[in-house]
Amino acid sequence: MRVIDLPKYDLKKEEIQKVDKAINKSKNKRGALIPVLQEIQRKIGFLPIEAQKKVASGLNIPEKDVYGVVTFYSFFTMIPRGKINIRVCLGTACYVKGGKRIIDRIGRELGINPGETTPDRMYSLQANRCLGACGIAPIIVINDKVCQKVDPAKVMDIIYSYK
Amino acid sequence: MVVKSMNKLRKDFLTHLKEEIIAENIERLKDKKFKIVVHMGTCGIASGADEIKKIVDREAKRLNSKEIEIATSGCVGFCSREPMFTVEATGKEPVIYHSLNKDKVKKIFDNHIIKGQIVSELEPILKDSKLSYFYKYQEPRVLHNKGKINPLEIKDYIREDGYRGFLKALEMNDPYEIIKIIIESGIRGRGGAGFPTGKKWEFCYNAISKSGLKYVICNGDEGDPGAFMDRNLLESDPHSVLEGILIAGLAIGSSKGYVYVRAEYPLAIKTLENAINQAKKLGLIGKDILGSGLNFDIEIYQGAGAFVCGEETALLCSIEGKRGMPRPKPPFPANEGLYKEPTLINNVETFSNIPQIILNGAEWFNSVGTDTSKGTKIFALTGAVNNVGLVEVPMGITLRDIVYKIGGGIRGDKKFKAIQMGGPSGGCIPEKYLDTPVDYEKIKDTGAIMGSGGMIVLDEDVCMVDIARFFMDFIQEESCGQCTPCRVGTRRMLEILERITQGKGEEGDIEKLEELGKMIKETSLCGLGKTAPNPVLSTIKYFREDYEEHIETKLSCRRLHRKEKVKKV
Ligand SMILES: Cc1cc2nc3c(=O)[nH]c(=O)nc-3n(C[C@H](O)[C@H](O)[C@H](O)COP(=O)(O)O)c2cc1C
Repeated sequence: MRVIDLPKYDLKKEEIQKVDKAINKSKNKRGALIPVLQEIQRKIGFLPIEAQKKVASGLNIPEKDVYGVVTFYSFFTMIPRGKINIRVCLGTACYVKGGKRIIDRIGRELGINPGETTPDRMYSLQANRCLGACGIAPIIVINDKVCQKVDPAKVMDIIYSYK
Repeated sequence: MVVKSMNKLRKDFLTHLKEEIIAENIERLKDKKFKIVVHMGTCGIASGADEIKKIVDREAKRLNSKEIEIATSGCVGFCSREPMFTVEATGKEPVIYHSLNKDKVKKIFDNHIIKGQIVSELEPILKDSKLSYFYKYQEPRVLHNKGKINPLEIKDYIREDGYRGFLKALEMNDPYEIIKIIIESGIRGRGGAGFPTGKKWEFCYNAISKSGLKYVICNGDEGDPGAFMDRNLLESDPHSVLEGILIAGLAIGSSKGYVYVRAEYPLAIKTLENAINQAKKLGLIGKDILGSGLNFDIEIYQGAGAFVCGEETALLCSIEGKRGMPRPKPPFPANEGLYKEPTLINNVETFSNIPQIILNGAEWFNSVGTDTSKGTKIFALTGAVNNVGLVEVPMGITLRDIVYKIGGGIRGDKKFKAIQMGGPSGGCIPEKYLDTPVDYEKIKDTGAIMGSGGMIVLDEDVCMVDIARFFMDFIQEESCGQCTPCRVGTRRMLEILERITQGKGEEGDIEKLEELGKMIKETSLCGLGKTAPNPVLSTIKYFREDYEEHIETKLSCRRLHRKEKVKKV
């Protein structure tokens, strides 16, 4: 994704505080960049360019390097996640048991592609790397809850049961 | 690092602690007739183990009995039968109940707990029962604590002789003695490549660090789809990994260790964090460990979702806070690793093997296995088998035994088609090689690799071209992009595979795939690219007819599939 595609996002006051806190905590540590970005994403849900700029100046790293790291790792996102974040595992075991059908179904029903969020910021959808729960495949993760042996035909019922 | 003389070492500390713990246990359990252990790994919890635990608590309360002890443990490996608990009655063989729900728990309480009658209609796992075959052919060595300890309690680990391997290592006069034992044991890396662990430790031992710093890194990135051995070890027996890291630190003269865990494993991270804190409190991690003068600190580093970061040089970049880009070797990390200092990198399962090798000796370790592959290996057995789970087997056991004896054969009345081993770097092994023993070299001869332990069984319904396409798609996503053969070559291969699976394959496509595959293998920089064509090449080798059928009939996977079903009726 290109930066210009991203909606401009002004950090709220408490979000700025959270960003600063994350930076200050690890400021003098070696290799702090990734842990700091992880903490910010945990706290505010995503990594808007404005936050990345603060991280760059706070840790004294060129902005392009921060951006490079954010775009390299699939766990980082510059798009706000929905209130209900759905991750579909597409590891081998889930794939052969219908993981692809599950993600296609959800995408179609919610009208978004993997990696996107619905305009009302209610749902976001991601294709996930193997979550290592192959014994109970296929799985999806809603927020942090793992749902096992998901039937593509019933997956929307599971999702709509979260409000 | 100089280890102080033995009289200063608080070597009795662990012995005393263990005795105390056992005495404490006896005291606590003296009036108990039953112990119910609820197994709570990621899969267990996802299947409702939390809820089962609550019901068990409620039922026990209802009976108002002081004779029941309720405990939790990590996973017992039988994923497809979760949630499970084990009922241990004094003087009797433990009974494992599986696939639990509220009614079953009630029934177990009403019969087993109150009347002392095993509920056989629930087909519990006990000696010689049908499901016990899942365990019968396993050799739990690394997993010896499974189901026995609460991973959140360091005391449970110590009760089972935990940290005694480390203590024994501390008592040796020369750290090189540790390395000698590891070399003698013959253990090879469990992360995929199978490099002799002792040799690697020796390189790090001999490596000179100008600043005096050396690092130990535990690779818990576990990126291969279909693999969850390392997740399980971190979730269910985290101290065994920490103990292995401590022994390595002592052996090579390092004072700092990192465990790199992928972010997809939140429970593993939480459990490991807790374990590190508990070990620190007991003085097993930190400064002047057990009065020996040894300083060693262990820190967790969370991955951020990039497969290539499992490759050791990319992993180093990632810990340094950069994009995970592999670099050419040499220099090897043993000489120039993290922040350019000598660094030892081993896999989670490799480290988890170490304490028992030190404690029981090299001969104990290599008493099982083949000429070139010693000890046991843990596999994540999944896919089309009846018994899905985590299994630990002696090296040398045949793939057939794993699929049919442990795995209970193919689900439904389907036919076996292939085993996928080694994830995106590996390959598919067909029926005619099912008698291949688990052995690094023998598996490699088939065109697959031992890999880290993912073992996905595929039945006749699976289209092998689609499997090849799946892995190529994965590689495309995960290629770091710095070298052309891997970035562009795999894209070309994926395009061809997509065409074939859509029914648009052409004469000559198979040959093109083979040519591209060969080129990518020969010219890529890192292991990711060098092995990326394997899933395609091995499926062409053994399942060429799947490719040809697509190309000849011009049918897509879906159509081809439907056609076959019609044919069968
Ligand atoms: C693309 C790629 C991914 C890898 N992923 C992992 C991994 O997830 N876990 C792991 O232990 N080793 C992985 N490895 C192997 C490591 O580079 C390294 O060989 C290993 O961690 C060494 O530990 P061992 O000798 O104990 O096996 C990977 C290698 C490549 C080329």
